[in-house]
Amino acid sequence: MAADIASAQKRAPWILLSPSLTTIGLLLVIPMMFIVVYSFWLRTATGADQVGFYVDNWQEVLSDVFYRDILFQTLKIALYTTVICAFVGYIPAYFVANTKMRSKTLLLLMLMLPFWISYIIRTMSWINILGTSGALNGLLLWAGIIDSPLNMLYNQTTVVLGLVHYLLPFMILNVYVSLEGIDKNLTEAAESLGCNGFQAFREVTLPLSFPGLAAGSLLCFVLAAGTYITPLILGGPRDAMFANLVYEAIITQLNWPLGSALSLVLLAFLGGLVVIYTRYLGVDQIAKSFR
Amino acid sequence: MTNGWSWIRIATILVYLFLFAPVVVVILLAFNANQFGSFPIEGFSLRWFNSLLHNDAIVRAFKTSLLLGALTSAISTTIGTMAAVAMVRYDFPGKKAISSLLIAPILIPEVVLAVALLLFLQFLELPKSFGLLLMGHVVFTLPFVLLVVQARLVSIRRDVEEAAMSLGATPIQTFFEITLPLMLPAVMAGMLFSFTISFDDITGTLFWKPGGVETVPTQIFAMLRNSISPEINALGAVMVIFTVALPLIATAIARHMSAQRMKAKTQN
Repeated sequence: MAADIASAQKRAPWILLSPSLTTIGLLLVIPMMFIVVYSFWLRTATGADQVGFYVDNWQEVLSDVFYRDILFQTLKIALYTTVICAFVGYIPAYFVANTKMRSKTLLLLMLMLPFWISYIIRTMSWINILGTSGALNGLLLWAGIIDSPLNMLYNQTTVVLGLVHYLLPFMILNVYVSLEGIDKNLTEAAESLGCNGFQAFREVTLPLSFPGLAAGSLLCFVLAAGTYITPLILGGPRDAMFANLVYEAIITQLNWPLGSALSLVLLAFLGGLVVIYTRYLGVDQIAKSFR
Repeated sequence: MTNGWSWIRIATILVYLFLFAPVVVVILLAFNANQFGSFPIEGFSLRWFNSLLHNDAIVRAFKTSLLLGALTSAISTTIGTMAAVAMVRYDFPGKKAISSLLIAPILIPEVVLAVALLLFLQFLELPKSFGLLLMGHVVFTLPFVLLVVQARLVSIRRDVEEAAMSLGATPIQTFFEITLPLMLPAVMAGMLFSFTISFDDITGTLFWKPGGVETVPTQIFAMLRNSISPEINALGAVMVIFTVALPLIATAIARHMSAQRMKAKTQN
């Protein structure tokens, strides 16, 4: 009887886990292994895939300057986005964590709201602001500062702007979570030992909020570098990012082996970052923002 | 210090403005009577919402999105909750590795995930279909459900369950009578979360959707290719109301109900 219960206890977690493990295994693990194999196949002129071991796709992807330039451009855009998010996002996170206002709950709820608002709506909303017949041009024309509408859209700056707007809530939330976890007595102790407010912040609060800042930065960078929708909506023809190449190869050119190789390059860069991050900081910090 | 704090406050207000102003503009323009749907706002009108209702493509996209979101959230929440119970309530070998595996879809760029699933199913000669969309959405909403439910489950005390078992309840009875009711807010949160993620998704959806099938975000995307029209703003406004107001109302109802229940219990 006792043995029965013990073995039931042992089996129970596996029964509970089996549907999700099957799902992830069949729909993620096997497909991921499959595209590794697929990237060595060859798309022939007839449009059929030549099964085998060809390094042609890899040679093209790794040696062509075109791909390298777009990869660098993608990493640059992601870096700008992350740095801006870190600076701009730290302040409201600090305010919400330290405010004694009663509206703290409301402020927090408002931080969650952008997550509920569709990414494509938030991205395209900038067309209404910056477009030639948008709010900003309308305002400037009305004030008489300009005579004809300015072309402010469809360049790299608007791509970064759109990405910052999309990713800022991720940064704020992660920083907020780590700031909220800091024992307020520590800053008070630092101040009683002679630190001024700013020194206490620099020596105590900032280092202690580092895990949140790092988690937020990782999310911002990975999500920014993996997007192809923002450059399609807010960028010009020359602002393609690496994921746009993947989309082009798979959906437009139907060159699936090449598309596989391209997505694996993207995965290597972004997955590499995630691995380095989890090695030093663990994945728990990101999970914390769900509490 | 006080001075620094007021600067922080001003900066915070500006950041909130930055986050919300563009969305507010979308909603304002959706009610604009001006025929080009741009500034200046010439008066209040519902004409764009009316034309949405008469646009078959949009109505169809809306139905597809609703069905997809509902099915995704039902499947993800069921299997995600089961996994969360296993992670929080049991110890077993390889737990850490399994935990990383189950949240892998968050860590892998969605484009790569989309390519892998699409090509694998094409290789199996399964054509693009609604089923593929559903599978894709389940895969990348699953980790979010798992994390949300797991986080809340940790705070449910174990001894209540143990008390029920020591009073003779079987593990299954205990689960349905004790654990599930206590977990319900977490499960509801997971459901809402996975629904909105699915309803809003475009990155994977553009890869997986069969020709001719559109969800609301891909429909908006297709319409943006022409130019921004007031109809898009109206559709955007509907979507915002749908994905923001619905969860808020659901939360309010849940709070109200649990407050009622508490009242009923104290009266007994």
